[in-house]
Amino acid sequence: MIVTDIKPVQEVLDALGGYRKVFVVGCGSCATASRTGGEEECTAWLQELERSGKEPAGFFVPEETCHVFLLKSMIRQSEAAASADAFLVLACGAGIQAVSAATDKPVVAGLNSMFLGTTYRAGEFLKYCSLCGSCVLSSTAGICPVTRCPKGLLNGPCGGMVNGMCEVDNTVACVWVDIYERLKSRDQQKSMTRINKPKSAGNARHRKVEPQRIARKAHP
Amino acid sequence: MKTLSEAIRHREFVVTAELSPRKGTIVANFIKTVHALKDKVHAINITDNQRAVMRMSSLVASYLVLREGVDPVYQITCRDRNRLALQSDLLGASVLGIRNVLALTGDHPSAGDAPEAKPVFDLDATTLLQTIGKLNTGVDLNDHPLKGATSFFAGAALTPQTSPLEPALLALERKIHAGAQFFQTQPVFDAGAFASFMEKIAAFRVPVMAGILLLHSAEQAINLNAHVPGIKIPDVLIKRLAASPDPHAEGIDIAAGLIGELKQSAQGVHIMTVGQEKDIHSILERI
Repeated sequence: MIVTDIKPVQEVLDALGGYRKVFVVGCGSCATASRTGGEEECTAWLQELERSGKEPAGFFVPEETCHVFLLKSMIRQSEAAASADAFLVLACGAGIQAVSAATDKPVVAGLNSMFLGTTYRAGEFLKYCSLCGSCVLSSTAGICPVTRCPKGLLNGPCGGMVNGMCEVDNTVACVWVDIYERLKSRDQQKSMTRINKPKSAGNARHRKVEPQRIARKAHP
Repeated sequence: MKTLSEAIRHREFVVTAELSPRKGTIVANFIKTVHALKDKVHAINITDNQRAVMRMSSLVASYLVLREGVDPVYQITCRDRNRLALQSDLLGASVLGIRNVLALTGDHPSAGDAPEAKPVFDLDATTLLQTIGKLNTGVDLNDHPLKGATSFFAGAALTPQTSPLEPALLALERKIHAGAQFFQTQPVFDAGAFASFMEKIAAFRVPVMAGILLLHSAEQAINLNAHVPGIKIPDVLIKRLAASPDPHAEGIDIAAGLIGELKQSAQGVHIMTVGQEKDIHSILERI
């Protein structure tokens, strides 16, 4: 899921500027699980808008806000949404842009998108994947160095590993030591002498042929 | 004085020193230091934004060393440049006559004076070594032909006192596969431990220059232990520095003593004095 963080109230109010009537859009999937854009957070924002002298037009929490067609139909059916000057969206960047694509009205971001998270337990998320577009997990014992090493090293550990910990934060284990331990438990540690080739910048940067659109047909 | 690669080929005990380029454009003192080291060391390593602190380019500083008639070891890290910039700088270095390259991954920017900088790490030390190998055969990383190949003597870094050791040894083996022809280590303070490390890697038959870090006070040693990853100065040395009436001379004595002991196990030493380059002469006189 996409883990999000709540933006400072003042930053959001500044972005709302002169828009008076504001409709709040949450997200029933990731932002609800993130505790940043569920019903509770939407309601809190309505009160904040009121306090700030704005007119809260109402809110809804779509099942998944990153769905343009769904958003178009929900906005079309909502009189409150239709009457608003602007939308305040409590969703990830994909969700905010879906709202933006579904309406001509101005859209303000209420959240910062942090990372693709693995849920450890409810409310606790781990940054395990960078959506790099060329997965190496099969050769790294199911542990991603691209994401979990601060240098994203494909051939680690680096010289900064001290007593199994990372040079960037000595309270965090070096992910390459984790990979080594896991491989060793299977007597496969020798595979670490193989050189992993440099990756294509892939999804991480502005690649010329970025997969900006993937269309798949449903199974018959 | 033989160049680094000649000295290694002739199995001489190699001595290299380390110099950081200045943070700024005034290079007179830098050149004076290089000049003072001439004929005393086989080569001078030039650090590349060491500890992620921004300084003058290591490529240009390496050229200044070469111009003074000293063999430079051009250190190049993967932290600040992507594969285009790395290769293009390497071609430039080759044209300037620089032959030795130390391929490093590089410290994370968070350690330095611009912690908000974007960490690049498009390549790492291993794949940079592979890239240098390709440039030496006349093609770039993507196998596109070059008009004129490079002829680099490429080395890499090694952390002999690290723990756990085995993943670091696997990384060392990988660097050798990638084409590392020599290694320079992080500071060594225990010649006995270093000798047993060298036994572990004897099968690889690679020349290793042991790192020597000049200590000048007990406080500095304690500070280094606390703040620099991978440095472990034993208490016995800290006590020696603390007890000495002249810690500066004691530090020189410790360095010279270590070098003497390391002559058995290492192909040479790499002396790091962090601004006290004038002391290299005193150290070398005592061994």
